[in-house]
Amino acid sequence: MLGRWNLLPLGGFVIVVAAFLSYFFVFAYFPVTRDVPWLNLLLMAAGLIVVGAGARRAFAQHGRWFGKISASLLSALSVLILGLFVLYNFSFSAQLPASGGAPKVGERAPEFALPDQDGREVKLSDLVAALGNEPGQNRFVLLVFYRGYW
Amino acid sequence: MEEFKQRGVRIVAISVDTPAENRELREKQKYTYTFLSDEKREVIRRYDLIHAGGGPTGDIARPAEFLIDSTGTVRWVNLTENYRIRPTPEDVLKVVSGLTATP
Repeated sequence: MLGRWNLLPLGGFVIVVAAFLSYFFVFAYFPVTRDVPWLNLLLMAAGLIVVGAGARRAFAQHGRWFGKISASLLSALSVLILGLFVLYNFSFSAQLPASGGAPKVGERAPEFALPDQDGREVKLSDLVAALGNEPGQNRFVLLVFYRGYW
Repeated sequence: MEEFKQRGVRIVAISVDTPAENRELREKQKYTYTFLSDEKREVIRRYDLIHAGGGPTGDIARPAEFLIDSTGTVRWVNLTENYRIRPTPEDVLKVVSGLTATP
């Protein structure tokens, strides 16, 4: 009975969906696979090849309209998912914001109070107050904002 | 990092990571500089560095560095494109040299 069923389109579609979902649940957490999601793209390509093979088989058979329609639908959905994934990764979140409102040279650095690694509150005004030209004093504070998730 | 200390630059790192995560990172990498936690993204927003959806579970800061002098004034800004945690030491030291050379 199974031999008569063409499971390739569905199988390929499942691979494409799994590749899509696994990015958000697994691979996005690792910088190596997050910034350029090569692994997920490879999996999707593999899935699409399977879907394509399944569609070819479906259309090679006489009659069997259900098989042709479902293969076409699954192919279209697979391509759509791939398109969405590429769009998401290479346009939306990949672009860094312009940050036009960031403090500029000559402006006062906005005050803040944040906890350090030991939970102690650190104020920018205190950091600045500790600066000076005396020997042993720091002359500058360098604020380094970074992405986190290390 | 020693060069920064010698030139009188105090490094303060800020991200959305929790104090516990920062403590672990500092110990693992043997960093000695201060790490601040901006979990509510308030300071990141105030400095206009919010990168919406940039992290796996939410907004994060886009990389940026600000050099601040003893009057609290910004003397140098770098809105970086890459994801390194450290500033490029050569660039910053050049800026510091330039700023401290003039009396």
